Amino acid sequence: MIVETGHFALILALALALIQSSVPIVGAARGERRLMAVAGPAALAEMVAILLSFLALTWAHVVSDFSVLNVVENSHSLKPMIYKVSGVWGNHEGSMLLWVLILGLCGGAVALFGRNLPASLKANVLGVQGLISTAFLAFILLTSNPFMRLAKPPLEGNDLNPVLQDVGLAIHPPLLYLGYVGFSVAFSFAAAALIDGRIDAAWARWVRPWVLGAWMFLTAGIAVGSYWAYYELGWGGFWFWDPVENASLMPWLSGTALLHSALVMEKRSALKIWTVLLAILTFSLSLLGTFLVRSGVLTSVHAFASDPARGVFILGILCAFIGGGLVLFAARAGELSAGGLFAPVSREGALVLNNVFLSVSAAVVLIGTLAPLVASAFGGAISVGAPYFNLTFGPLFVATLLVVPLGPELAWKRGDLAGALERLWAALAASLLIGLLVWWWRNGGPILAMLGLALASWVILGAITNLLARASFASVGWRVGLRRLFGLPSSAFGTAFGHAGLGLTLLGIIATTSFQSETIVEMKPGDRQTVGRYEISFDGLRAEKGANYRATVAAMTVRQDGVEQFQLAPSKRTFLTRSMPTTEAAIRNHGFSQLYVTLGDSGQTPGSIIVRMWDKPLVTLIWLGALVMMVGGGLSLADRRLRVGAPKPGRHARPVAIAGEG
Amino acid sequence: MRLIIVMLALLGALLPALAADPSEQLVDPAQEARARALSEELRCLVCQNQSIEASNAQLAKDLRLLVRERITAGDSDDAIKTFLVERYGEFVLLKPRFHGLGVVLWLLPALMLALAGGGAWWAWRRRKALAVPADATLSAEEEARLARLLDAEPSDRDD
Repeated sequence: MIVETGHFALILALALALIQSSVPIVGAARGERRLMAVAGPAALAEMVAILLSFLALTWAHVVSDFSVLNVVENSHSLKPMIYKVSGVWGNHEGSMLLWVLILGLCGGAVALFGRNLPASLKANVLGVQGLISTAFLAFILLTSNPFMRLAKPPLEGNDLNPVLQDVGLAIHPPLLYLGYVGFSVAFSFAAAALIDGRIDAAWARWVRPWVLGAWMFLTAGIAVGSYWAYYELGWGGFWFWDPVENASLMPWLSGTALLHSALVMEKRSALKIWTVLLAILTFSLSLLGTFLVRSGVLTSVHAFASDPARGVFILGILCAFIGGGLVLFAARAGELSAGGLFAPVSREGALVLNNVFLSVSAAVVLIGTLAPLVASAFGGAISVGAPYFNLTFGPLFVATLLVVPLGPELAWKRGDLAGALERLWAALAASLLIGLLVWWWRNGGPILAMLGLALASWVILGAITNLLARASFASVGWRVGLRRLFGLPSSAFGTAFGHAGLGLTLLGIIATTSFQSETIVEMKPGDRQTVGRYEISFDGLRAEKGANYRATVAAMTVRQDGVEQFQLAPSKRTFLTRSMPTTEAAIRNHGFSQLYVTLGDSGQTPGSIIVRMWDKPLVTLIWLGALVMMVGGGLSLADRRLRVGAPKPGRHARPVAIAGEG
Repeated sequence: MRLIIVMLALLGALLPALAADPSEQLVDPAQEARARALSEELRCLVCQNQSIEASNAQLAKDLRLLVRERITAGDSDDAIKTFLVERYGEFVLLKPRFHGLGVVLWLLPALMLALAGGGAWWAWRRRKALAVPADATLSAEEEARLARLLDAEPSDRDD
């Protein structure tokens, strides 16, 4: 009964989405307030209906209701509870339901918190949001219904894919989807502005929190996915340029560009048309990501779906929204008024440069990801892998990073490049010195790695310098400077954290790829091996039994300078129902570095096994950097809330604000 | 067997060096380093977007051994690649060669950067040409009108 209620609620949600996508837009076109007012309640009701539906499916998974096909295919009564719940979105149908749930939540949030939006803008935004919901709800109901019952329920389910039974992967999809779908709101705002033919700085102020929020979740989702691949796949790699990873990187790149150009629009009301285009492109890339992953066009761990009907349906949705968005843009962008002027060397100019680099980077990733598909459409077969992306995306991103510290030092409208460099010279000198010091300390080594370290330091020290310069420590002394520093708006800290986080991630990547020690060897019980600063002895294998798997665990003792430090227990698991092996790496933190040990195949002699060991310097910075970036996003978001919360923003505070900025 | 740690310190090579089985490795560290660098550019044909260096599949192992065999036989990297392409097609190369669709792939990034940069410059020039010059001054008549307006304006209004 609960399952049927969930199915019914989903159909109800589709009906509500149809109302939400038609009535308010017609109302906005005719200027009828009563029709426009339908948008809010419809969005809220739709959100509740989808939530009910999602809860119904979750319930079926939690109680292991094997009369439901989706539960049979993806669950098992022995599975731990957390994976019974995460199993809801660990499959195609459920993950699409999660997608529309987040879409519904976003629509509901716009309806609830968008009280100060102009009526016609709100009606159009929710209307477009309703169109997206309609498309995806129809997709689920017509091609991927998770509530299908079985006439003869089996006694036991098929279990969830073992590599997906992991905490990291339990939270990875929801975070990623919050990012993808969060950008739908920016898309809806862009479409609404184009329908209205009107756009101003206030528009950017409404859109920016959504973009920031979506960007933070996407950052988190990518970081969690990357860390999962690092510890679960057992190769110690953190980014594989897999098409599915690229699918999440593209909206992140264009979302980052959107974040920056929306800033220009909010502060200087320039780059309006470009911001609208980026909002459309970012969500388009999110949709493309959904298509690539869900259609099974790319066979990968992530693609649970390989039904052509689904692929064609999502392709249809993709074309309708990307095409529709771009046609609307082409037709109406000309009517949007152009904004403020600026000199090439200015904060605006720097942000345009950032946008150029980020957009081209996103385009490069797009081309590399789609090229094999294009080739196979013409009967050819090519591969585009890590070597291509490192050589094309790499230089572009290096160029982006080089100018990161400069942007915040330039004034709006007309900047002073010499002055900016003067304030940054200490950071520049220190960065180069760090590169040289490491080179000397390592007795030489690859020049590129040293330059990379210098670049990472430049980005981090630059971000700190930006903050100190804003507090004008140099001219007012440290006492007043410190007071000014704490008086800075939290968005200033947001920028610094965001940029420094990027630098930290780069530092982790360079340090790990250039300076890691690696030992791969077959070990018998009693053998000793060294890797980096560690000496590892293999004490033997033992068998263990988990809830739904059997494991082979290796006992290892780690010594440093002959002194016993700690034990490690890397293992290999075989899951009972799918007899699929997974590796469980043993990872030990040492400061920001990690010792990483995994087991390979059994060796030639009985009782021996192939062991892969890495000493990875500063590797955790890769993900901690992402965390710092998110904190930066959060700080910027906090700043916005304060200003929106102020009773009557604008008018009276304005002259002061301008004086403060100049 | 003493194992030689080979560090592939290539900047930007985001995939750390891997080898599935120590028994495959060559004794000469320089040759082994070459084999690994090459293996990272070769696709494990039965895997999903993995290089033969990072795959446990039997085919990847066979190809790793084949690469090492050719290296010990004295073949150059290009010769080994050509040999593999003849056998398995362009699909085996993770780094597409500069012909066919590969030409487009390698040229497009630079082309797009030029286009995007040029486009931004063009849009900026156009905006500037359309706008009123920043140093435009008011005519005497306009100055007088402005003075009249300012005098008439109540002083407590702030915009």
